[in-house]
Amino acid sequence: MIPLSWYLLLSAALFCIGLYGVLARRNAIAILMGVELMLNAVNINLVAFWRYLTPDRSVGLVWATFVLTVAAAEAAVGLALVISVYRNRDSVIAEELDTLKN
Amino acid sequence: MSQQIIFFILAAITLTSAVVVVTIRNLFHAALALMVSFLGVAGIYVLLEAPFLGMAQLLVYIGAISILIIFAIMMTRRLMQTNESPFNSQAVGALVGAALALVILFVVIIRLYPMAPGDGVGQSAMAVDPAILQSSVARMGRSFVSAEAYVLPFEVASVLLLAALVGSIVIAWPRRGEEDNQ
Repeated sequence: MIPLSWYLLLSAALFCIGLYGVLARRNAIAILMGVELMLNAVNINLVAFWRYLTPDRSVGLVWATFVLTVAAAEAAVGLALVISVYRNRDSVIAEELDTLKN
Repeated sequence: MSQQIIFFILAAITLTSAVVVVTIRNLFHAALALMVSFLGVAGIYVLLEAPFLGMAQLLVYIGAISILIIFAIMMTRRLMQTNESPFNSQAVGALVGAALALVILFVVIIRLYPMAPGDGVGQSAMAVDPAILQSSVARMGRSFVSAEAYVLPFEVASVLLLAALVGSIVIAWPRRGEEDNQ
């Protein structure tokens, strides 16, 4: 028997690891990987609440599936942007993409 | 009891490989660790009796998104062989912020939900008829296409996927004259 809070703690830990990756990495692809970790953490939360509180309704599974869909779309567009930026600037380092700064 | 052991193994796999993803210098190894982390999350879904989502996780995350990330890494690899630090100048601040968020979330969760296994709400999975769990995918499929439930978000998701497909092709397409430089 696993208490609900264990899943929530796992999800919180995974989210914060992803958050650190997003904030601290220089490479744009590594930042996207951090975002994927955060989306996974959110999904663990949704499925855990579905199983523990409303297993007779499908709302938790439905929204987890939507998160999966949006994550797939986000990864495709994000990586296309990274490749396009690399082609134009010869760099995928987020700090060096500062055209709009000046 | 055996469930708890499986949970700890899966959680350890997921969190360890997630830490590897955000700290390792070699991006390709980070992508491989990301696949392991996704696999651990798929196991968590199966443990939560949502095997359909576990399967979808395998196909979409490990089968598609990870491969997409690896392709992107290989297309931009020339810059990945430097010995520069993988972190930017705000890495310490990011670590402090993430740790602070973690502490706050842990305190909130521990205050709201009991930690010890037992029989109360949130202490163990709600006991339901196994038939309800087995038909959960069928119910989810019906609610996706029923007008009273989620047909509108479902169609919006379809449009989003189409827009992402077209958009990523357009964005990644080389502009005229650029092919010569590559």
